[in-house]
Amino acid sequence: MNPKKYLADIGSYFIMLRGVFSRPTKASVLRDLILKEVDELVINSLGIVGFISFFVGGVVAIQTALNISNPLIPAYLVGFATRQSIILEFSPTFMAIIMAGKVGSAITSSIGSMRVTEQIDALEVMGINSLNYLVFPKIIALMFFPLVIGISMFIGIVGGWVAGVYGGFSTSDAFIQGLQSDFTPFHVTYAFIKTFVFSFILATVPSWQGYFMKGGALEVGKANTNSFVWTSVLIILMNYLITQMLLS
Amino acid sequence: MIRVEGLHKSFGSEEILKGISTTFEQGKTNLIIGSSGSGKTVFLKCLLGLFTPEKGKIFFQDKAIQDMNDDEKRDLREDIGMVFQGSALFDSMTVEENVMFPLRMFSNKKKDELLDRVNTVLARVNLENVNKKFPSEISGGMQKRVAIARAIVNNPKYLFCDEPNSGLDPRTSILIDNLIQEITREFNITTVINSHDMNSVMEIGEKICFLQFGNLVWQGSNNEIFKTDNKDVTNFVYSSNLFKKIREVQLKENAPR
Repeated sequence: MNPKKYLADIGSYFIMLRGVFSRPTKASVLRDLILKEVDELVINSLGIVGFISFFVGGVVAIQTALNISNPLIPAYLVGFATRQSIILEFSPTFMAIIMAGKVGSAITSSIGSMRVTEQIDALEVMGINSLNYLVFPKIIALMFFPLVIGISMFIGIVGGWVAGVYGGFSTSDAFIQGLQSDFTPFHVTYAFIKTFVFSFILATVPSWQGYFMKGGALEVGKANTNSFVWTSVLIILMNYLITQMLLS
Repeated sequence: MIRVEGLHKSFGSEEILKGISTTFEQGKTNLIIGSSGSGKTVFLKCLLGLFTPEKGKIFFQDKAIQDMNDDEKRDLREDIGMVFQGSALFDSMTVEENVMFPLRMFSNKKKDELLDRVNTVLARVNLENVNKKFPSEISGGMQKRVAIARAIVNNPKYLFCDEPNSGLDPRTSILIDNLIQEITREFNITTVINSHDMNSVMEIGEKICFLQFGNLVWQGSNNEIFKTDNKDVTNFVYSSNLFKKIREVQLKENAPR
């Protein structure tokens, strides 16, 4: 471990952020880029998000039901536990980590490939602020990520209901009663606040890894791995800090 | 015209450029040659402003880039066209979008007008019916021509080319060299080409700068390079068997009978 290198890395991340928010690209070009990124990073993620959310919701419901053997524990707990797990942690945090693999890798490899093939140099030679051109649209596009997380929450709970009811672990009435009991709306707000922070990390950390990489195709692969590690670590750390600040 | 005075560039403790001074003239194809590791690419990237030199000045016309403010630098960049070694075409864009890109960024013209200009420039580099193709769907020679079209679409005053014929067959290389020279003369551009190809030197080297270990050790024209006594230059020029044979024939012809 080299502390100097870590400090230099953190410094380069903030230098990149300064570049991203300076000398904006022409508005009409930026609008097209943002729409393209929303399609690639957000809309194209809906399928995998829906699939994972449905089945993880189901697994949470089944495991909760199987671990309740005491007859004093009410049956609606299955629905309650599913809702709380999905809204508080699974959808915002773990879906963000899964997206660090999907979206983060796509961002790092696309920007890294542009670095290797001198496309970023070409932008700079043309007098274009390459950081604003490449990274800013990704940040704006991923601000729509909470929408994906909202869908993930809904599908996860539906998955829990399907697995609980059709698997014979709970009745529909008990499950729905569990979903409605002790509902704290602030938990949803807390989840979306987290998601906004994670979205920013998801857009900027992989971009930073791709933009400052040096070397060839092999290094693009290494940058991808580093991108996933840094993004995941930062998401977990921020998750802890936000939870401590907002819920304790 | 571009004038360079006492250019120094280092990476860490390693000095790559050791005080280069020269002039690149307008309307001429200026070549920077030298073996690998001689500092050609670093020199070119300093000229382009991608690297900041520690010492020395680069004058575009009469104004040093180091003395320009951000607006002047931005204006200068709009006057620069660059052909990268690997073409550096944006692979998510079609040929047409690639060539139109600088126009879209810097002009407010309507799409029809932009398309007209794109088609004119593509025709100038002898490319037709490839507008809707992606860079991965065309040959290396075509990619180079698209890169040249993109570089000249904004009517630049300065054209920089980094090894424009690397990876091309000899015939296509000559076509690309001739195209660059024609464009240079036609639009009266200051063209600077980074190359280690002796065929290019022979074909289009109106002004040649020979770099070795970061020093500018010789400069002259393509006629002069074959007559020079500078040992470093002759070692470089006659390193290929073909040019060795030509040299032998020349010496035989010139030998006293």
